[in-house]
Amino acid sequence: MPEFFNFLKPKNELENQGGFPENHPYIPEELWIKCPVCKGVMLSSDLMDNHKVCPKCDYHFRIAARQRVDMTIDEDTFHEMDADMSSTNKIDFPDYEKKLKSAKLSSGENESVITGTGEICGEKTVIAVMNSQFMMGSMGTVTGEKITRAFEYATLHRLPVIIFTVSGGARMQEGILSLMQMAKTSGAVKLHSDAGLLYITVLTDPTTGGVTASFAMEGDIILSEPRALIGFAGPRVIEQTIRQKLPKDFQSAEFLLEKGFIDAVVQRKDMKTTLARLIRLHSSNDKEVSSDECL
Amino acid sequence: MSAYDHVTAARANDRPTSVDYISRIFGDTFFELHGDRRFADDKAVIGGIAEINGKPVTVIGLEKGRNLKERMDRNFGSAHPEGYRKALRLMKQAEKFHRPVICFVDTSGAYCGIGAEERGQGQAIAENLMEMMTLRTPVLSIFIGEGGSGGALALAVADEVWMLENAIYSVISPEGCASILWKDPSKTAEASECLKLTAQDLFKLGVIERIIREPRDVESRIFDSLKNLIAETFEKKQAIPPERLIELRYNRFRKF
Repeated sequence: MPEFFNFLKPKNELENQGGFPENHPYIPEELWIKCPVCKGVMLSSDLMDNHKVCPKCDYHFRIAARQRVDMTIDEDTFHEMDADMSSTNKIDFPDYEKKLKSAKLSSGENESVITGTGEICGEKTVIAVMNSQFMMGSMGTVTGEKITRAFEYATLHRLPVIIFTVSGGARMQEGILSLMQMAKTSGAVKLHSDAGLLYITVLTDPTTGGVTASFAMEGDIILSEPRALIGFAGPRVIEQTIRQKLPKDFQSAEFLLEKGFIDAVVQRKDMKTTLARLIRLHSSNDKEVSSDECL
Repeated sequence: MSAYDHVTAARANDRPTSVDYISRIFGDTFFELHGDRRFADDKAVIGGIAEINGKPVTVIGLEKGRNLKERMDRNFGSAHPEGYRKALRLMKQAEKFHRPVICFVDTSGAYCGIGAEERGQGQAIAENLMEMMTLRTPVLSIFIGEGGSGGALALAVADEVWMLENAIYSVISPEGCASILWKDPSKTAEASECLKLTAQDLFKLGVIERIIREPRDVESRIFDSLKNLIAETFEKKQAIPPERLIELRYNRFRKF
């Protein structure tokens, strides 16, 4: 399962432009942004106001994990777990330390996932958000460990789990130990599921490889952002294997919806309320919904 | 032997495949079962019920084929989603009838193709990982050749994992690793070293419990000792209450 793939979508201009410091909105230097899909030009402030979705063609720009947490979790309710945990080079893989260092610098994060507890429209949940800016969201030992701990915490405290996935797959630099994370996280998902608790995955662009073949596809409910690339093998690997061009929109969220592998494609602006609704439909106590909540 | 020598040996065409292990260990007692009950019968996965010292056991193997015709027929041991679903169906059946499961792993990886994606290759593997973790019957996986990433792991969430001395188990092929790392797929030997994919390396990392001496051909007497070892192991594992067995299996993977 190759770790990196050439994704169908062109890189957009908001990517790889350095860190997103905590609690500060990321403001690009350019005032104008060009959409990589429709080539439409818009004010960057308009793009920000629109949840980083192109107002013209609905292209969902990739966003940093920290920003996703802010978009999803009610203000001042997020408590991060295991924030300081970071990877070491357990199998002495060449240049892995260097890679980790530059990933930390460019993403401003310690690992490819942020985990914690928080509230969504007043509904308490455990949340994990993967980060494409950290080694393309690849799954290392610490990624797997943080996700496993998040599930174990949720099982213990009887909370739902929401995961936003974005990943190129397993992390080659951790060899077999990366592969073991697929089994480890799946085990934690299973125990959470057997305890009768809700797990929702939100697939974002791109979700591939070992993450698709483990916790991304194990949700009770699987949602996706529009047009996200979702697959086991990356498109380039498939093209090399079968020696033919892939059909248009192959492995898109809409394609997976049609094939029966995801429950719904949800617009970014509607994601928070959708998650809140779903959590509420699964909560056992029928508490009164106060008027100031976002539903 | 270098890591790359092990890679070459693991892939050698004259190496015994799952079919050989099944016929040498279980003989005529093997009764093959077909199909995933959803889509098709994937011939890259062979499965059925057999006896070991008079006791029933579910047998599942990734099968590459022993000649070109067989290899084409079995898609070179690269399973589609229906192969993994067939394996899971047989494991669930084993759980129902309280018989242990033995998996022989030999694959370069799960198949990458249009049909495989359309029918949910990722979902099929993910489901196996989840369901195997709490299977209420002992599971033993033996890597007899190649152990290619998620496609191998989908038959290896087991109570014990054993490897033949020349088998390999890796998150990515050495060729794939070399092309990413050095943009040069020919640096396979260097990549093989980096990945720590030999039985020795994996034993040191705690990923496997046992290294098995290699049969040189299908006539080898090593199959007999392997048979005894499997029977002994199942006897021990079946004495463990299912809840405890699942706890031990969870902790086996939890430590990584």
